[in-house]
Amino acid sequence: MSASKSTTTYRHRLPVRVMHWINVVCLFVLLMSGLQIFNAHPALYWGHDSDFAAPALSLTGRPGADGQLHGRTQIGKFHFDTTGVLGVSENMQGVPSKRGFPMWSTIPGPKNLADGRRWHFFFAWLFVINGLAYWLWSWRAKHLSQDLVPTRSDWRGIGKSILDHARFRHPSGVEATRYNVLQKLAYLAVIFIFAPGIVLMGLAMSPQLDSVLGWMVDLVGGRQSARTWHFIIAFAFVAFILIHVFMVLVSGPVNQIRSMITGRYRIHDASAATQAGDDHVEK
Amino acid sequence: MSKNDRRRFLEKLAWASGAVLLGGCDRLNESDSFKSLLAKADAPTDFAMHALTPEDALAQEFTEADLSPVFKANGSTNPRTPEYLAMAANNFADYRLRVGGLVDTPLSLSLEQLRAMPSRTQITRHDCVEGWSCIGKWKGTPLGKVLDLAGPHANARYVMFHCADSLDRDESRYYESIYLSEAYHPQSILAYDMNDAVLDIPHGAPLRVRLERKLGYKMAKYIVGIDLLESMAGQGSGKGGYWEDRGYQWHGAI
Repeated sequence: MSASKSTTTYRHRLPVRVMHWINVVCLFVLLMSGLQIFNAHPALYWGHDSDFAAPALSLTGRPGADGQLHGRTQIGKFHFDTTGVLGVSENMQGVPSKRGFPMWSTIPGPKNLADGRRWHFFFAWLFVINGLAYWLWSWRAKHLSQDLVPTRSDWRGIGKSILDHARFRHPSGVEATRYNVLQKLAYLAVIFIFAPGIVLMGLAMSPQLDSVLGWMVDLVGGRQSARTWHFIIAFAFVAFILIHVFMVLVSGPVNQIRSMITGRYRIHDASAATQAGDDHVEK
Repeated sequence: MSKNDRRRFLEKLAWASGAVLLGGCDRLNESDSFKSLLAKADAPTDFAMHALTPEDALAQEFTEADLSPVFKANGSTNPRTPEYLAMAANNFADYRLRVGGLVDTPLSLSLEQLRAMPSRTQITRHDCVEGWSCIGKWKGTPLGKVLDLAGPHANARYVMFHCADSLDRDESRYYESIYLSEAYHPQSILAYDMNDAVLDIPHGAPLRVRLERKLGYKMAKYIVGIDLLESMAGQGSGKGGYWEDRGYQWHGAI
């Protein structure tokens, strides 16, 4: 190892790796089966009930002057022609038809609310059990306190971290084996805001649970608001995933993905590698 | 393998696995064994729902000011079955609600008899499985009072609702079922009035059930018969309801 210019370090523990990939599958299925469910009534509202005349968002299809179906996406006062993707897209036979989200984005592809719900609730249980296991493990194994909670020096370095991110400058060497402060904050937001938030907003859509969760439903403005929040957080997850995957791609995808599979992360910096594990490395 | 080869291989692998995932989900969805695996989540959901909500916990109730200007009518909105058309022809004067199955005294109740019984009025939110909600005002006879009149047997476990409408233009009729205990929830009523008017045909005239802690498809409209049962076997395909036969969850609670 002393002859090599790089070395590997153990970066992700087994429970993190296993739970990460279970989560990947869950989020993939939950998002796409969720869009299938959304397609049963492709509109969102604020409040307790649905004001059909004034949705917050709607994906509709209507015939245009040319006799063809046109997809229309409406958000508040604004609307856009989204033919081919939102509102109107091709069905199994390749014929343009009214559909909220297109077939390639839903599970199952063809319109089927019953099956979409089956997928969604099965993987929702898996997501919740996996998430609770992750919470418990992160706390007990000190993953939370040691790896995720920003340290005082993290907070002091937040300005520099923002600049580094803006310049796509990524730490190499031993610094790359720890999460940076923006990364920590993003993960904490996902783990403790997005994940419980989307589950609670999902539960708030249950008329039976609302008999005990009425206060929470009122807090967010009603059941239709809860449904809208469920949708918004789902897209916050999508935004997180896009950024997350982008960061993986620009910071050495092979090395990053390997470390989430085998746990081993390669450090391309001999001087730093020799000191790996030492928290007081000066750069 | 050179570094570039490996990168290209991994890229191809990523695209291929994406395509396999998308196609694979649809193929899995065609598999009966996989679908029955997915359906295994229903039991824990049903269990959790009952564990988390006390039997008598009320669904939220609202005020007149909250009433939805338009209450969407869904599913059957204008039944065309011969028996329904016959009932509707003389404004349901000959309508009788049949109550039978595992009861001491089978009943046949007219609308006047139902209206003469104690009533409950509630302004509640109706949640459709499709995702939308409407708030309406309902008045009707508590379901438990009707069942008490008939006297349920000790082994009765389910309440089955038989309806006069068909969503298939064939012999089949809409039907739904709940636990007997759910029939005794204070807000479980057989509604004959909606928004201070006699229940209209799109919303289930002359009688529909309100189960305020369940999704819309559980709240059968155009009810003509109620049976108390020990088991669902032999009723339709044995899954307890029209939409349950088509893949919706029997608990209908989320």
